[in-house]
Amino acid sequence: MEIIKSGTKIDFMGKRTPAFLLSGALIIAGIVSLIVHGGPNYGIDFAGGTVIQVRFSQPVSPADIRESLKDVGLAGTVQRFGAEGVGEYLIRLQTTSSDLEGLSATINDVLAKRFGGETFEIRRTEMVGPKVGKDLRSKGLQAIIAALIGILIYISVRFKLRFAVGAVVALAHDVLITIGVFSLTNKEFSLPVLAALLTIVGYSLNDTIVVYDRIRENTGRMRRELFEKTVNISINETLSRTILTSCTTLIVVIVLFLMGGGVIHDFAFALLVGIVVGTYSSIFVASPLVVVWEKRFPAKQR
Amino acid sequence: MAGMKGKFRWRLLIILVVLIGALIYFFPTLATLADETPSWWPKFFPQDKIHLGLDLQGGMHLILEVETAKAVESSVERIKNDLKNDLKKENIYSTYIDRVQGDKIEVVLLNPEVKEREGGFDDYLKEEYPILKEINSSQEGDRVKVLLEMDPRQIEEIKKSAVDQALETIRNRIDQFGVSEPEIARQGANRILIQLPGVDDPQRAKDLIGKTALLEFKLVDEEYSRQGALTGEIPFGDVILYQRQEDPKTGALRKIPFLIKDRTLMTGDALQDARVRFDQYNGLPYVSLSLKPVGARDFDRITAENVGKRLAIILDNNVYSAPVIKQRISGGQAVIEGSFTLDEAKDLAIVLRAGSLPAPVQILEERTVGPSLGQDSINKGIKSIIIGGILVVLFMIVYYKAAGIVADMALIMNLIIIMGVLGAFRATLTLPGIAGLVLTVGMAVDANVLIFERIREELRLGKTPLAAIDAGYSKAFLTIMDANVTTLIAALVLLQFGTGPIKGFAVTLSIGIVASMFTAIVVTRFVFDLVLSRVRVKRLSI
Repeated sequence: MEIIKSGTKIDFMGKRTPAFLLSGALIIAGIVSLIVHGGPNYGIDFAGGTVIQVRFSQPVSPADIRESLKDVGLAGTVQRFGAEGVGEYLIRLQTTSSDLEGLSATINDVLAKRFGGETFEIRRTEMVGPKVGKDLRSKGLQAIIAALIGILIYISVRFKLRFAVGAVVALAHDVLITIGVFSLTNKEFSLPVLAALLTIVGYSLNDTIVVYDRIRENTGRMRRELFEKTVNISINETLSRTILTSCTTLIVVIVLFLMGGGVIHDFAFALLVGIVVGTYSSIFVASPLVVVWEKRFPAKQR
Repeated sequence: MAGMKGKFRWRLLIILVVLIGALIYFFPTLATLADETPSWWPKFFPQDKIHLGLDLQGGMHLILEVETAKAVESSVERIKNDLKNDLKKENIYSTYIDRVQGDKIEVVLLNPEVKEREGGFDDYLKEEYPILKEINSSQEGDRVKVLLEMDPRQIEEIKKSAVDQALETIRNRIDQFGVSEPEIARQGANRILIQLPGVDDPQRAKDLIGKTALLEFKLVDEEYSRQGALTGEIPFGDVILYQRQEDPKTGALRKIPFLIKDRTLMTGDALQDARVRFDQYNGLPYVSLSLKPVGARDFDRITAENVGKRLAIILDNNVYSAPVIKQRISGGQAVIEGSFTLDEAKDLAIVLRAGSLPAPVQILEERTVGPSLGQDSINKGIKSIIIGGILVVLFMIVYYKAAGIVADMALIMNLIIIMGVLGAFRATLTLPGIAGLVLTVGMAVDANVLIFERIREELRLGKTPLAAIDAGYSKAFLTIMDANVTTLIAALVLLQFGTGPIKGFAVTLSIGIVASMFTAIVVTRFVFDLVLSRVRVKRLSI
């Protein structure tokens, strides 16, 4: 079976201007959203705060939970978690408590008073103090930078600089758009999402390198062709593989997204966005950029 | 042909060793899904199961910060008290000594002569208190004000030993509390990481771990009226401390004030042991203390000197009880009574036995997962792997026919290797780790897709099956290397940065990448070569 017939001659290079415009628009939309929202919607991992996951034996009204919290002076948001009718809720508080009494005990008491002690179960409590949140934020940034530098070094060693530049710009493109989509959909940016971002960096690069490898191989063979044309042929030759691998990866990520449960829902969503964007960028961003770079700063000899 | 056969044999051997090794390490984990490891499983074979993270088995993760500054302060406080007594003894006259700015000591000397004369303050300090350094002194009228500071190296030493001691104390407490496989480790300069799997009462565990448990014996000041102290002046050298009493019927909390003489007569350091006992009349639990020989002597003296007065037993600045000393107590035994539940009494005995924390601790991070949520996550994770796996396997067969089956064999072997490596290294499987497994299923076939697409291209160029396979593998090899190394770089960075669950993701992803290089390149190639050496194939099913 073949999804992409062999010998396609799609003119990817010719479409690079609309592609660049599309990418630019997506990135700008994301950045605007980030500015409007005042930065990413950090989850408690990075912002500090408390999350409590409660399961009631029967669905209750989130407003009731919110009310009962207000009684003890706690302002928080209450959100249904998981499927409707399960009676599972996520309580988020900005407050953290470093003393031993802890918030979870307070909340347990408050809910017991309102709904009865036997009707619910606190399934998960996460409290991250502001100090730790700040630490994780800077560590997370360090991790992304470290990964990018490591990758840049590896590509510079294995390929020429113009490839490395294209690859890293494509990576930044993927990461920015994924963060932007998270901001636009108002999803929380948490530790697992950061892990997903790093995975996307690795995955998208994987795609890009396959195309680059082919470009390098073909440049040797097609000395007489225009570099631009060589690149286009290379993308076409690897197109089938690019689409296929994205398919198998997307299959499992969609399964994770639908069935993995609430705890990794956002993680799977980030991967979903990242893989689509990453596949797109290795065809429409990373390779055309090499051509643009080559035109601007032609290599003395090829 | 003989050489060919020899090469086959070596490759087969390597593949079998890896596969069987992985299966042996994976087996104990697999067996627990059914029940226990069966009795026929040889004792010298691995018994370790894959370790489940707290997010999967339920439990509590805590990061505590030891407030080392407080340890320094209390150490400076002690030195100040010693210094005060010593100066008096040495007739080095001062009008004021106190601890200021947290960890500094201010001394006001009577006049400059007291400071500078031979055998005066300066000389005495140099001789007897070398850890104190003068940071400045100023003359105010006749008086000389001197500000002293502890040697910074000494301060570092106190901080470090405070964390060490806290770590040790907490470890003792948890050991006595009885948690299986706890993990307690220092993190950074003054943080302590605690992981307690399967804890079902997180609040109780937190109380037990975080209680400073500073036990003090002090006298109740009965010369002054408590009421007067509450409304107005607290007499010099006294403090007001409270006894918390919970009404057993209404649960309402009452705070009873006590006027206490601040001088500590004895601390928990004098304790030899602490045990829960039951009152023979009302059956209520209390904690009985037995003192070390030195402590017993002190206690004997204290009780003898203060017969008729009330002795307050104070824990972390809460008065537990304040019985009247009826007679001299010589046996080195004391009791702490309060309206304890049995668990409270037990935990109190534990913290007293394990000793007090050298400084208070703060909870910086807490993550608690209940066992039911953990089991939910495991079920959903396994379901995702199975469904994702089946879909990918089917996809490969539909797309690549026979070659797809070969790739699927490699994929399944890849999963077995990952599980085997996880078991062998006692790595921890977390929920994101399971997600990493699912992701690996999708990404691991990539190497085979690359190879197969290449083989198809070569076939289109008119090469024979054997030549096409040869060219496909050799041309795709470098690409696969490059592509995987970059993903591995990202995974390794995650491994360095990540904590707990995220680390689990990085671990399975990294193992998956390395294993997929082996299965997708070595194993599939072996199968192709083996089949093609036996059967003359005119057309490849790819």
